[in-house]
Amino acid sequence: MRVRIAGARVVDPANGMDAITDVFVADGRVQGIGGAPDGFEAERDVNATGKVLIPGIVDLRARLREPGAEHKATIASETRAAVHGGITTLCCPPDTDPVIDTPAVAELIHQRAAESRLARVEVLGALTRNLDGRNLAEMGALREAGCLGVSNALHPVTDTEVMLRAMEYAGTFGLTVFVHAEDARLAAGRLVHDGPVATRLGLAGIPEIAETIGVARELLLVEQTGTRVHFCHLSTGPAVDMVRDARSHGLPVSADVAIHQLLLTQEDVGSFDADAHVRPPLRSLDDRARLRAGVRAGVIGAICSDHQPHELDAKLNPFPDTEPGISSLDSLLALVLDLVATQELTLSQAVAALTSGPAAILGLDRGTLGVGAAADLCLFDPDEPWTLDDASMLSRGHNTPFKGRQLKGRVRLTMVDGRIVFESSS
Amino acid sequence: MQSPDETVQIDEHGRLKHFLSIDGLHRELLISILDTAESFAGVGERAVKKVPLLRGKTIVNLFFEPSTRTRTTFELAAKRLSADVLNINATTSSTTKGESLLDTLRTLEAMHCDMFVVRHAQSGAAHFIARHAAPHISVINGGDGRHAHPTQAMLDMFTIRRHKGEFASLKVAIVGDVAHSRVARSQIHALVTLGAAEVRIVAPRTLVPPGVESMGVAVYNDLPTGLADVDVVILLRLQNERMQGALLPSSHEYFQYYGVTEEKLAAAKSDAIVMHPGPLNRGVEIDSDVADGARSVILRQVSYGIAIRMAIMSMAIGSHAAADREGG
Repeated sequence: MRVRIAGARVVDPANGMDAITDVFVADGRVQGIGGAPDGFEAERDVNATGKVLIPGIVDLRARLREPGAEHKATIASETRAAVHGGITTLCCPPDTDPVIDTPAVAELIHQRAAESRLARVEVLGALTRNLDGRNLAEMGALREAGCLGVSNALHPVTDTEVMLRAMEYAGTFGLTVFVHAEDARLAAGRLVHDGPVATRLGLAGIPEIAETIGVARELLLVEQTGTRVHFCHLSTGPAVDMVRDARSHGLPVSADVAIHQLLLTQEDVGSFDADAHVRPPLRSLDDRARLRAGVRAGVIGAICSDHQPHELDAKLNPFPDTEPGISSLDSLLALVLDLVATQELTLSQAVAALTSGPAAILGLDRGTLGVGAAADLCLFDPDEPWTLDDASMLSRGHNTPFKGRQLKGRVRLTMVDGRIVFESSS
Repeated sequence: MQSPDETVQIDEHGRLKHFLSIDGLHRELLISILDTAESFAGVGERAVKKVPLLRGKTIVNLFFEPSTRTRTTFELAAKRLSADVLNINATTSSTTKGESLLDTLRTLEAMHCDMFVVRHAQSGAAHFIARHAAPHISVINGGDGRHAHPTQAMLDMFTIRRHKGEFASLKVAIVGDVAHSRVARSQIHALVTLGAAEVRIVAPRTLVPPGVESMGVAVYNDLPTGLADVDVVILLRLQNERMQGALLPSSHEYFQYYGVTEEKLAAAKSDAIVMHPGPLNRGVEIDSDVADGARSVILRQVSYGIAIRMAIMSMAIGSHAAADREGG
């Protein structure tokens, strides 16, 4: 369908664009910005006055729970929640059940996503077979099946030699290794940041060095192998510094942060609030400030949802017996806009961290709005207030410490490959 | 940050509803608990060891962790208040059949009880139960993970007040494995809230929890320095597991450096009292001479424990009775 989106404030940091203008879409691509392409006749005219148009959000890490945990959520339910939130591409880590260590599982996920015809789903393949940290996965076949990278998800590879070989092998196929950097023993069975809140609540704490020791080892392995490594969900200030120094020395590394780490701290665990139980844990005010600075400086190239939807029972237990994770697809854009409203980020920095930044990390030709780009778009009303609650959340999982929070910024229209996958009028 | 614990524990009239953690309770409330316990302290010495305050009420001891002493004192306290007592040893009951904690709770609520005394291996368990229990039920925390053991802390405060008088002039040292101790955490909150002059913890660095100074204590790694001039010495039990977790080399070395002997006690004030929540590990955290010596009030703590629990239980159930009478 040929669509004209008229009069939006178009924000596309990759192309240095921030202007009120028209965008023309046809044949799945952006055909023109500003002036109509020759002979363009719109079949659909969207009046976007007062709205903001950005590239469709590329969410670097979202768990869709399929296959294996369909009682928590499905690809159908979560891709629907995604497009309602302006997210057009989701990247799914390999810790499904079965693990994405064979092409068959990658193909299954791609197929389910295609059947839903909503958000696009990309996947990361396993670094080791069944994420066991001992035997390499068939990364060649996984790349062929469309995996954008490989990862051992939340299972740190404790054997350094295995990690060395795995990185060398991944590099052989030009694959980026997505790392959850953590010293396994320092973090095993622990729950919250190792500090005054852990002490007051009597909860086992994960020290900052659990992350920095993990980051340090991987950085040395990057130096050794030259394999590209992406650090997932950084949570400590010192880790940001380490990544900054590594990048300034030319090492091929990148990092992302989960949106909740930019807003919450250890104090938000409050009185054993299981919705604030996350891995890595919420840390100190200083860590949060340095994570924000890392996004501003581009050291952290992406903000992701780190979406982990859960059924009710997963959080209905004493804190240590609850499953970690926040359901965050519904609130990703609005919470990032919160950081813009409080002037922690400029709109341009925020949009880049949600679009071109993650796309570049994934090596995806998405996340931009230049002429010729795939028409993945998100049109939102930046001023519309709404409340995050059970009624407004579309994800199957409602486990979020932000429940009840007043938000500003509501998606009006989402497009994937030029096809409108979500639209709302009021 | 204001502790959220207060809103859960206190009803809208400012009365005690649940007793989960000292954290968040005001000084006045702690003092009223101590004062109420004074009135119950003589009951155990009478011929008829009962007062009818909680007659007709059902109190459930819901213990997910094995315990003889704590459960027995709660049972005795409940019976002296004339309540009916139900003991659920959840370590062998349906929880091992995979029943969720919430389902266990709902089943017990269907039997129309008035109070749960809960002991659980996980920190936050008592809060969880209080949050999900039916509105008329009071929850008393009998110890949750490493988080809190508030009734123990109150009986310790009762002991201190009985033997040393007002808190404002007192220097108190808590010696031992603070990192893993729910008793220590509750004691620290109580001492700080009651206005003790100085609260110290004395332990090797591996047993000191991070950021503990923010709770209002001074940290000492050297026992003689830590005991210098103190009025009260509280010892904590050292569990055998600590030697397995690369936290300590041996109980022998622990005793050398942190075991309280008459010699080490010389640094404290001459009329200092020695306390211990029990059970004792003689030759590990405490020397027999000290345990059985003139400065030990350890056995008194046990008898005060019944009076304190009678006070807390009657206050918590009492707030419901008052609320019912007021139609609130």
